[in-house]
Amino acid sequence: MKRIDTEILVIGGGATGTGVAWDAALRGYRVVLVERRDLTHGTTGRYHGLLHSGGRYVVKDPVSATECIHENRILRKTHTHCIEDTGGFFVVTPEDEGDYPDKFVAGCAATGVPCNEISLKEAMRREPLLNPRISRVFEVPDGSADSFLATHATAQAARMAGAQLLNYHQVTGLIIEGGDGEKRVVGAHVRDVARGEDLEIRAQMTISATGAWANVVAHMAGISISVIPGKGTMVAMNHRVLNTVVNRCKMPADGDIIVPVHTVAVIGTTDERVADPENLRIEPWEVQLMLEEGEKLVPGISRARVVRAWAGVRPLYQEDYAGSSRDATRKFALLDHKERHNIDGFITITGGKWTTFRLMAEKTVDMATSYLGERKPCITATSSVPGVDQGPYWLGHRLHEIEEKKLQGQLVCECELVTRSMLENAVRQNPTITLDDLRRDVRLGMGPCQGGWCTYRAVGIVHEMTVSETGHPAESGTAEWDVAYMQSPARNVSSSASAGAPAIPDDERALFNPNLLLRDFLQERWKGVTPILWGQQLKQERLDELIYLSVMNVDHLPDRDLSSPVTEFYRYDTTPNGNLEAPE
Amino acid sequence: MHTESWQSVGPTLDECIKCNICASYCPVAAVTDLFPGPKFVGPQAQRFRENGQPHSPDHSVDYCSGCRVCNEVCPTGVRITEINTRARAELAEEHGIPLRNRMLGRNDVLAKLGSIVPGLANFGLHNGLSRTLADSVMGISKGAKLPRWANDTFAKWMKKTAEQRLKSDKKVVYYHGCSTMYYEPFIGKATVAVFEHHGYEVIVPEQGCCGLPLLNNAEFPEARKYHQRNLDWLTPYARQGYPIVGTSSSCTLTLKEEAPEMLDMHGPEAHELTMAVWDIFEWLRELQESGQLQTDFRPLPMVLPYHSPCQYRAHRIGSPSLEIMSLIPELDIRESHARCCGGAGTYVYKKEKYQIAMDVGAELFDFVKEQGAEVTMTSCNSETCRWHIETGTDLPCRHPIEILAAAYGLYDLDTRDLV
Ligand SMILES: Cc1cc2nc3c(=O)[nH]c(=O)nc-3n(C[C@H](O)[C@H](O)[C@H](O)COP(=O)(O)OP(=O)(O)OC[C@H]3O[C@@H](n4cnc5c(N)ncnc54)[C@H](O)[C@@H]3O)c2cc1C
Repeated sequence: MKRIDTEILVIGGGATGTGVAWDAALRGYRVVLVERRDLTHGTTGRYHGLLHSGGRYVVKDPVSATECIHENRILRKTHTHCIEDTGGFFVVTPEDEGDYPDKFVAGCAATGVPCNEISLKEAMRREPLLNPRISRVFEVPDGSADSFLATHATAQAARMAGAQLLNYHQVTGLIIEGGDGEKRVVGAHVRDVARGEDLEIRAQMTISATGAWANVVAHMAGISISVIPGKGTMVAMNHRVLNTVVNRCKMPADGDIIVPVHTVAVIGTTDERVADPENLRIEPWEVQLMLEEGEKLVPGISRARVVRAWAGVRPLYQEDYAGSSRDATRKFALLDHKERHNIDGFITITGGKWTTFRLMAEKTVDMATSYLGERKPCITATSSVPGVDQGPYWLGHRLHEIEEKKLQGQLVCECELVTRSMLENAVRQNPTITLDDLRRDVRLGMGPCQGGWCTYRAVGIVHEMTVSETGHPAESGTAEWDVAYMQSPARNVSSSASAGAPAIPDDERALFNPNLLLRDFLQERWKGVTPILWGQQLKQERLDELIYLSVMNVDHLPDRDLSSPVTEFYRYDTTPNGNLEAPE
Repeated sequence: MHTESWQSVGPTLDECIKCNICASYCPVAAVTDLFPGPKFVGPQAQRFRENGQPHSPDHSVDYCSGCRVCNEVCPTGVRITEINTRARAELAEEHGIPLRNRMLGRNDVLAKLGSIVPGLANFGLHNGLSRTLADSVMGISKGAKLPRWANDTFAKWMKKTAEQRLKSDKKVVYYHGCSTMYYEPFIGKATVAVFEHHGYEVIVPEQGCCGLPLLNNAEFPEARKYHQRNLDWLTPYARQGYPIVGTSSSCTLTLKEEAPEMLDMHGPEAHELTMAVWDIFEWLRELQESGQLQTDFRPLPMVLPYHSPCQYRAHRIGSPSLEIMSLIPELDIRESHARCCGGAGTYVYKKEKYQIAMDVGAELFDFVKEQGAEVTMTSCNSETCRWHIETGTDLPCRHPIEILAAAYGLYDLDTRDLV
């Protein structure tokens, strides 16, 4: 069995785990990170998209508010290209009565969240679709953020500092030494789920950054922690609708924020305690509630096209918790299991927000340092991840680059403007097991047609690459793709841009089965569309159905028994009884 | 681009199912790579446009000719052309509008100036030297046919012939547009003759340019003023219940639909005007349906290739010109199914677009050629299209109202005058 020795093992490739790996590697530790699926496959890739100013928490959770504004300022520098400076409004609608707005203003002052009341006229000038019956508007420095890109960029920064990141590697058990009172976690049993191999990773410190799954991993050490999975459902509108984040000025509740992110506007969220963080079913009432609440901010929005719905699961930690999940604190939980459970070599970091991942990572590595011994100080707040030279994200950047370089004829995904070279570089240089991985890399299939036109193109391209390229496996660390530019058409112009880039490693090549790629991705896209199948999106799906079922007959593709590490995940969830294949 | 309201054209991008039918029909994308196609620059690019971006993300939208073939074939009702026109206006806001486009946008002003001393103006504009200069200095294509000023404007003729004009209880308001006013008063004469032939008294109220050239050249604030002026002048007649009938298919489309839609002028006045405006053949077809159309036609023995212009098809009223002209004995009409003549209003006058306009038109020009040597003229409703078709076919092109007036024995198709 393959064995890796390291100083720090990080479990979980979400924002938090990747942040920990980055921080620890910069401080000079040897770090290995394992993620059981693709980076950001967990909550990080299913969140609302809001770079919090802290405004949301100024009344209810002032500590979080202060943390948010502090990190908000830092991330704009460290992850510039992942963030759009949309600004944010807190608006008082006729439904929001009482003294909350005054408390809000006082709360902003107390927590240091900049807040400026603007006239309704000015607000309507900037956002003409806002509810004209709004009485007050406060402006705060909210933003929107691409967590896929940010996590990939953080991961690249971590790799450049020497960390090793392994995705599609699942921790199946912790390696524990010592008897009662002397227990010590010395690493983990890990399964390479893509290749079906087991390995062992030995580490002096194991850090679980598994978010809502933290308790599952804690169980592997024989302990239990109270992480409450709180499911949140969001719906994305087909276009931006707004260019400013709009929040209701009231106690945080369901469906009270609309975030413009990339080409869509996202209304969210609900918050429901769920037993299992894995199988999140989107209920019709949730979608309906989002649209009803959205209507209070932007009248008419519920009749516009909804492109998709999805759910993420909050890792809410609370000691001796007993109430409903919205009331659980948003502060993060950093658990020293030595202190709490007398288990050495094991730390859990969970809870918090995407906005505060860097801070969480810093505190976590500080704690690890107290056991491993001091190295270099934390420098993440003043470093920057690769790609920041592109400047802040702006909506038109892809269109602009396509136009400048005349790449219109190169498009694979027309809705989100993904060129063939962007796709090929992502396949070559980022471990790719499913097309969904490419979606997270380059936004393949995320637009109105939800994969209708790009899925078969992408499968064809990937297939062509796997049969025509002779491979030499990438050496980890050295051949890192410039992930920082993965979303830039102009930086991925021709295959010459990737000359010298490694071909797909042979063992990975063996994982590609075009039919399986096609089926998995169709199923994955379908999953998010089923909850919102009406109006324009229904027309779209009807067309997509004709393409795939009537023209390509994908229901009867060969290799129907094949499955990938994510096949089951895509199949379950919102289609518990559904089966892609026709019954025998 | 910011969505101002759910009623505006922008949100229709939500109807797009990416089917690419528009892309495969677009006559411009078919002949040049400079235009990535209506889906691309329309509903697709629109999702990436927004106010206050560091750069306007795309310029290729400027190659949209505005022909509306995409709107016509779109199965889900995306207002593609309108989205493009607005995007061009946003571009203009950022980069300014070239002097040439400002001139082309204000052809009403130019037309009026020229009409003061038409002979001189014609000489000034039509001699080879000035066309070469205009081409190299201003970017106004040398090959495109420019109209000639008439010796008398249509208004002058109306005034001169006031005594002879029919008085009647049945009244109709005539919206002639700029071209009839300054360049082609004979279209107006033919129209007045046909109206009177049906016993209608013709009212020609004060009126101005519909604003379409301004819209197409991205001058929205000015276009708004133009439309408001027309609302002030024309809605009183609409309120009295008079039909407001026009011969220029693009002007009537602008009054009916384009101006209110593009400029978000959805007030009650605009609605009243929209409801009152008719294309002349749309109106004649109404007469026919109620049995009031005069049928004292003389035979017109000839082969006549007829092209229904894009702007006319955009009215979504079927083919009333074709229906009425087909009542004329011995007239052998050959209907063109070409998508567009290529001229597209002021598009062909822009030097960088001239060749595109000729290439787009090839479909129509070839069709005309295929009808044989006996063809002596063609027919089309829109003036700029007629000029372009004349360039492309070397044959005269007549408005269907001229054909009809001739069939009633009121008009001479060769001298283009009343008989
Ligand atoms: C609906 C919703 C909306 C939100 N919106 C916002 C927002 O707008 N702004 C904001 O700042 N925050 C938001 N948050 C919070 C934010 O998304 C999370 O706090 C953050 O993403 C958590 O990141 P993480 O890395 O801790 O967890 P995750 O992203 O969940 O990462 C944990 C990872 O661990 C992996 N893992 C689990 N078990 C194993 C194992 N055995 N072996 C290997 N890997 C394993 C998982 O696959 C997963 O990728 C939102 C949360 C939800 C639920």
